[in-house]
Amino acid sequence: MKYFKFLLLGFLFGVILTKAEVLSWYRIYEMFRFESFHMYGIIGSAVVLGIIFIQIIKRIRLKSIDGNEIIVEEKEKGWKRYIIGGIIFGLGWALVGACPGPIFILIGAGFYPFLVVLAGALLGTFCYGLLKDKLPH
Amino acid sequence: MEFLLSPWPWYVAGPAISVILFLLLYFGKKFGLSSNLRTMCAIGGAGKFSSFFNFDWKQDIWNLVFVLGTILGGFFAYNYLTETHDILLSAKTNEALKEIGIDQNNYLPSFILDGLKSIKGILILLVGGFLIGFGTRYANGCTSGHAISGLSNLQLPSLIAVIGFFIGGLIMTHFIIPFIF
Repeated sequence: MKYFKFLLLGFLFGVILTKAEVLSWYRIYEMFRFESFHMYGIIGSAVVLGIIFIQIIKRIRLKSIDGNEIIVEEKEKGWKRYIIGGIIFGLGWALVGACPGPIFILIGAGFYPFLVVLAGALLGTFCYGLLKDKLPH
Repeated sequence: MEFLLSPWPWYVAGPAISVILFLLLYFGKKFGLSSNLRTMCAIGGAGKFSSFFNFDWKQDIWNLVFVLGTILGGFFAYNYLTETHDILLSAKTNEALKEIGIDQNNYLPSFILDGLKSIKGILILLVGGFLIGFGTRYANGCTSGHAISGLSNLQLPSLIAVIGFFIGGLIMTHFIIPFIF
C-alpha cells in the first residue's frame, strides 16, 4: 500500500506525456530543429514552476510526508561527465525520439520496438558500470 | 471530455510535470527515471561484474513502481484517452521529413514501427537505446533528473548536462539522421 501513491504518480506521468505527444519521435525531431515551441514550452514551464516549488520548499522548510526535512539532492560538482555523458545521451534521444521515461510509456502504449531500445539502454547502463573507472568524470 | 481527448497543450503538460516533481519530493523521494535502468541491472545480477551495481536497490523499489505506473498510464492514455494519433507538425518540419525521406503519417515513423523487420531497424533501436543508457548513467541523469529536477534546483551540473543533451541532439538531427535514411 505504501507504494500505491507512486503507482498513481507514475500513471499520471504516463498519461501526461502521452497526451502531450512527448512520446512521438516527430515532436523530438521538431524540437531539435527549433520548429515548434511545444517541447520548449513543456520543459520550460515545468522548470519555471519547479523553481518556484523548490524555493517554497526551502524557504518554509517544508517537511515531507514522513516528517523529515525535504532535501533536494545536489549533483556532484564537475563538468566532464555532464557534457560528455550529456552529448552521448542527446545522440540517442534524437535518434529514437525517446528519453528513459518515454521508453517505458511507449512500451505501455503498445510500441514493442521500444523493448529493443530498452534492451539497448540496459546494455548501455551495464557497459557504463564496467567502464566507469576508466572514463573522465 | 473534449479537452481530455484532444492533445494537451504545453501549458497543461509542463505545470502538471512540475506537480509530479513536487509530490515526489513531498513523499521524500526524487524525480529521475534513468536511475531505474541501473536498478534493473542490479536486480539482474550486474553487481557480479561491477561494484557500480552493488547498492541497496530495495531502497529504489518505489521508483520501479513509478515506472510500472508510467507503463499503465501510457497504455490507458494511448488507447482510451486519445481520439486521433495524428501528429500535427509545423510545415517546415514536414518539408524536412519529406526531403530526407521519412514518412509522416502516424504517431511514429515507420523506421521505428517496422524496426523489428530489418537488421538495420534493429540496429538503430539498439544503438539508440545503448546511447541513452550509457549517456544518462555517465551524465548521472536524463531529462527528468537534469532538465526538470536539476534545473528547478538551479544546479550548474544539470545546466551543463542539458547543454550536452542539446549538442548531441543537434548533431544527430542535423548531421547524422540525414545520412542514415
